Amino acid sequence: MLDSTAHETLPLAPGVGYKPQHFAAIMADPGPVRWLEIHAENYMGDGGRPLAQLRHLAERFPISVHGVGLSIGGEAPLDRDHLARLAHLVGWLNPASFSEHLAWSTHDTAFLNDLLPLPYTEATLARVASHIDQVQEALGRRMLLENPSTYLAFAESEMSETDFLREIARRTGCGLLLDVNNVFVSATNQKTDPRDYIAEFPLEHVGEVHLGGHDEQEDEHGAPLLIDSHGAEVVDPVWTLYAETIAAMGPRPSLIEWDTDVPEWPVLAAEAERAAAILTPARQAVLS
Amino acid sequence: MTVSQTDFRAAVLDPVRPVPEGLVDPEGRAAGKRFDVYRNNVVVSLSNALGEAFPVIRKLLGENNFRILAGHFVRAHPPVSPLIALYGEALPGFLEQFEPVRSLGYLPDVARLELALRRAYHAADTLSLPPAELQALPPDALAEARFRLAPALQLVESDWPIVSIWRFNMEDGPKPRPVPETALITRPQFDPEIAALTPAAGTFVSAIAAGGSLGEALSCASEIDAGFDLTPTLGALISGGALIAIEED
Repeated sequence: MLDSTAHETLPLAPGVGYKPQHFAAIMADPGPVRWLEIHAENYMGDGGRPLAQLRHLAERFPISVHGVGLSIGGEAPLDRDHLARLAHLVGWLNPASFSEHLAWSTHDTAFLNDLLPLPYTEATLARVASHIDQVQEALGRRMLLENPSTYLAFAESEMSETDFLREIARRTGCGLLLDVNNVFVSATNQKTDPRDYIAEFPLEHVGEVHLGGHDEQEDEHGAPLLIDSHGAEVVDPVWTLYAETIAAMGPRPSLIEWDTDVPEWPVLAAEAERAAAILTPARQAVLS
Repeated sequence: MTVSQTDFRAAVLDPVRPVPEGLVDPEGRAAGKRFDVYRNNVVVSLSNALGEAFPVIRKLLGENNFRILAGHFVRAHPPVSPLIALYGEALPGFLEQFEPVRSLGYLPDVARLELALRRAYHAADTLSLPPAELQALPPDALAEARFRLAPALQLVESDWPIVSIWRFNMEDGPKPRPVPETALITRPQFDPEIAALTPAAGTFVSAIAAGGSLGEALSCASEIDAGFDLTPTLGALISGGALIAIEED
């Protein structure tokens, strides 16, 4: 196991989603960035440059491991081989945090590489809670579960997403990862108010916040349809929602996600600076 | 009305299938374009992953043709594991069967070369055999020596000039000549390196990889080319860090 005892928790400061092309820039000057998040599945090879870079980064920064392939909402049992690979990575790296998504991506052996939606029913609750129990047991730690971006709804849903997540946290003891961009995207797509969502969200369980960019489209009826692309700057209404959320719950580790059309490092650092401008006064308010 | 993941999956991968009933917009109307977001995410993200993994195939076919081929491939062969970095194992076989490109006989082996490069990139780190250990062996022991090989070592045999095709497209190398080439991939540190081997040299490495002794490998290669000289090939294995230990009997 790496000696990462100095990085047991994520700081109440900005982090970014790590991209290998930024390695040299980050090591030279991370600017306002105090921690990094990696996608677990990119570090499941046996060796080579990805793991060597990760070893260097982990000596210097707290690392958050963010899974995108576990399919926690899947109808089928969790993939035991994949869970074992994850336990191996988490055991070696001893990251400050592990998180995954309220979504599914694997069914009948096919991994679809997208975060697919779930109906919010008693049956889904039971299944997701049991999968989270299994993950937390395999990893020997508490995980965070992230709220999704959704583009449609299930007629069969029996409860709101916020009630669903509150009940999951109660049953499993897991924490939550609040993606403020996902809140904005889903609320626009579901024609609800993102502020109501935040007001109803169990903020006391939030261990991390995500911020990212989205694309704007329209559906066939002319209604706005936002797509969670992680390929642009965070928009102003999402920054406003983020600032209001931090004011309501206090400072939390906050991540800038940028996964497609990844920009040069200074663009990402500027986004992190914007998060710092909101987080730093909030942190000082807690201390005073 | 419940929507199973079996129905969802089938409709996501097949644009002709109707959207499962019970998926709705905020007004309760059937989710048409909203469902297409998921369809698009799945096919585009997997096609992008394939494009990054097979840059030479992409270049040989051109961007548009590659997109069309990738769309067919990801629907027919979605990944069987969340390790997208290794996606595309089935592509060489698909290229052999896919009618529009069947006449491009070299494509499957070029795809095998690109797969092997990625395997080498992600393979376990190993320490190479100290040259002194090899030099210390008396000649008869050297002929009987068997080696443990680095997992990064990859060999792709072909009737086509796959290494020259790769270099022509990735490194502005000279125009490929129609000779068979076996690709030897080693990883001295983090970046895989490719060398073109003659069929005899390819047989030599293949015999060593199969557990044969240096002497046995030499006689296999000599059957193909009586004048085969093992020195440059053994040198490439050593400098590429491909030999990691002499096997103890």
